[in-house]
Amino acid sequence: MKTAIYGLMAVLMFASGAATPAIAGSDDVVVEDAWARASIGVNRPGAAYMTVRNTGDETFTLTGLRTDLAMMPDIHQTSTNAEGVSSMAPAGEIEIAPGESVSLEPGGLHAMLMRLQRPMAEGERFSLTLDFSDGGEIVVEVPILGIAARGPEG
Amino acid sequence: MTRRTALKYAFAVIAAIALTLVVGWWQVDGPGASEKAGLRPVALSEMEFRLSDHEGDEVGPETLIGSPTIVFFGFTYCPDVCPTTLSDISGWLDDLGEEVEGMNVVFITVDPERDTVEAMAEYVSYFHPSIRGWTGPEVEIARAAQGFRARYERVPTDGGDYTMNHTASVFLFDAQGQFTTMIDFHEPREFAVPKIQRALNKETEGAR
Repeated sequence: MKTAIYGLMAVLMFASGAATPAIAGSDDVVVEDAWARASIGVNRPGAAYMTVRNTGDETFTLTGLRTDLAMMPDIHQTSTNAEGVSSMAPAGEIEIAPGESVSLEPGGLHAMLMRLQRPMAEGERFSLTLDFSDGGEIVVEVPILGIAARGPEG
Repeated sequence: MTRRTALKYAFAVIAAIALTLVVGWWQVDGPGASEKAGLRPVALSEMEFRLSDHEGDEVGPETLIGSPTIVFFGFTYCPDVCPTTLSDISGWLDDLGEEVEGMNVVFITVDPERDTVEAMAEYVSYFHPSIRGWTGPEVEIARAAQGFRARYERVPTDGGDYTMNHTASVFLFDAQGQFTTMIDFHEPREFAVPKIQRALNKETEGAR
């Protein structure tokens, strides 16, 4: 029995090794409608939003964010319970199946930009790097809109 | 299993069920019921708290009686929910235009430690000019939240910072200070705006 399991594992390992998965960051991941809110100074955390679309045929896993704008960028999830109390927690890794997209939008997922290194000024842009589990990455240029902006259109 | 043992087991099961039911009743409807969030806010005339608005003037629930009122709890270090709600409210007020002139629109902080009068003043200046920011001692914030049946809780985050969980609903009161209804977080404009109009119209009825 043990031998059979090892045999099966070997076959699976061979199969996954033989396939050549696309690397995220190629044309298979598209980021649309990125925007962020301006900040007041650097003490408050900032937030950025976007839609990440998987146009390839492999599932991609978004593992993290990097930017020189903030020392601790992370994807957070806002949720509101049945009593109307809203809370925020790190969202962890985010899987995006082929043909699917994940929206970071107000009241749901957002790129939380903690420990700002400079104020986020309306009209400016910053670079945000999205890291994927396969080592791929995508650099997104995020326009900074006003504090009262409600979406990518302002 | 003898018949006697079987009976003993059956009795134990029935007793356990009965106990569960009694405990459940005690906690939910009985004398053990806690004051639940989700209850309606009391009338403004029954609330008691003293805060300061973002211009440093002393305010309380009585400040709001006489005009219809919108109240919302939040904090200025909130990156997602609070700017979204304040933008939503600003949009509703823009839609209603002159109809909302004189209406009280108040944002009460649940984080007075960081949200000083000056911090509130700067923050509200980015939104609709009718929006007032109220802050004050923690004990007074707690009394206000109790009246509105709002909840909040300080939650530590990585790196020694903290964030606040809080009730994100928007409360509406008529000109007499009676609670009319609530607008849920991110409720679509086509539902929110008529709710505000209802609070406004109750004022006209009362005035006649």
